[in-house]
Amino acid sequence: MGNLIELFVATILNHNIALVYILGMCPLIAISTNVKNAKGMGIAVVLVVTLTAMINYPIYQLLKQTETTSLALLVFIITIAATVQVLEMLMDKYLPKLYNAFGIYLPLITVNCVVLAVSLFFVNRTYNFAETTVFSFGSSVGWMLAIVLVAGIREKMAKHSDVPRGLKGKGIVFVILGILALAFIGFTGLASI
Amino acid sequence: MKWIRIKYTKTYNLLKDGLATSNPIVIAVLGICSSLAVSNKVENAIAMGLGVTFVVMASSMLISSMRSIIPAKVRMVTYMVVISTFVIMFQMFLDAYFPTIAKSLAAYVGLIITNCIVMGRAEAFAVKNPVKYSLVDGFASGMGYMFILVVVAIIREALAFGTILNMRVMPLSFTNWSVMALAPGGFFVMALFIWGIREWLKYYESEV
Repeated sequence: MGNLIELFVATILNHNIALVYILGMCPLIAISTNVKNAKGMGIAVVLVVTLTAMINYPIYQLLKQTETTSLALLVFIITIAATVQVLEMLMDKYLPKLYNAFGIYLPLITVNCVVLAVSLFFVNRTYNFAETTVFSFGSSVGWMLAIVLVAGIREKMAKHSDVPRGLKGKGIVFVILGILALAFIGFTGLASI
Repeated sequence: MKWIRIKYTKTYNLLKDGLATSNPIVIAVLGICSSLAVSNKVENAIAMGLGVTFVVMASSMLISSMRSIIPAKVRMVTYMVVISTFVIMFQMFLDAYFPTIAKSLAAYVGLIITNCIVMGRAEAFAVKNPVKYSLVDGFASGMGYMFILVVVAIIREALAFGTILNMRVMPLSFTNWSVMALAPGGFFVMALFIWGIREWLKYYESEV
């Protein structure tokens, strides 16, 4: 239990998937223009990442037994695409209110590298099922933290700061991300993964 | 006189678009994850750049040649399957011939699948254009990606390890900026790079 909590803290802070491993940057840069959208995207990512990692884990064990692990990539990406599709349809049918709030972010998630990366990382690190679940949940919460932080800063910047015109838009996001990443290096050694 | 006419061919314009005017990284800001994560060493950057170029060209070619038989509804999944097949091929190739590079790239090779450049070119170009131009377009986008990646990697490796392609370039008394090898260094170098190229091309965004 103790090491699960440690793993959870590590994946959010000192092994943050967005700011330390630099993953999921395209949606992070594209959707972080305001906090509301950032939160919607973040929640959708948490849902999909945790779910797909939990589905991919038993599938990978099956691949291992039949010695076809070289196909893991192909199988994972199909699982992810299918999960997202099913989730979208289910939400549309049973939770229309929720679907209207962040249903539009779901199709975008298929090409979010965080989802695939989490599935590939647990393979590389030989986690068991409980660790995989905690790892995927923690990583996606860490990603959500990053996108909400960036969106908050961008919202304030739009009002108060005079950005050089060449850096406007996406350029300045890199500077924000760089400073945030620098801050997250301060957590190094807090918990091991 | 012939070279002037080259300027007006479709091939030339496609190459120019990919490398400069609509460079996937600097202008469209796509494929950032992998470009930042692997650009701390020049050899990794070259391997990754070649890999992406190969995957974009091969998948553009295949998707473009199948464009009349892919049903519109399942096109995304079709792209995914095509792209991941080529990525697996590239991964196996690296594992077999360059095991050290394969080890340092680790999961990032697999993540070429979700590299938005590959998906973007398939959706925006290959599915509407003949095979010949799709190949040129894939090549241009891949090279545009690799060009930025290698330049950023040269800056980062020189400052972080004092070497380029593992050859010493900085004086021995130079203190390594270890932050350049980590995520923040990548972000800062990339931000400066984007700034420079956008000033040069006079490409500005209006929103903050």
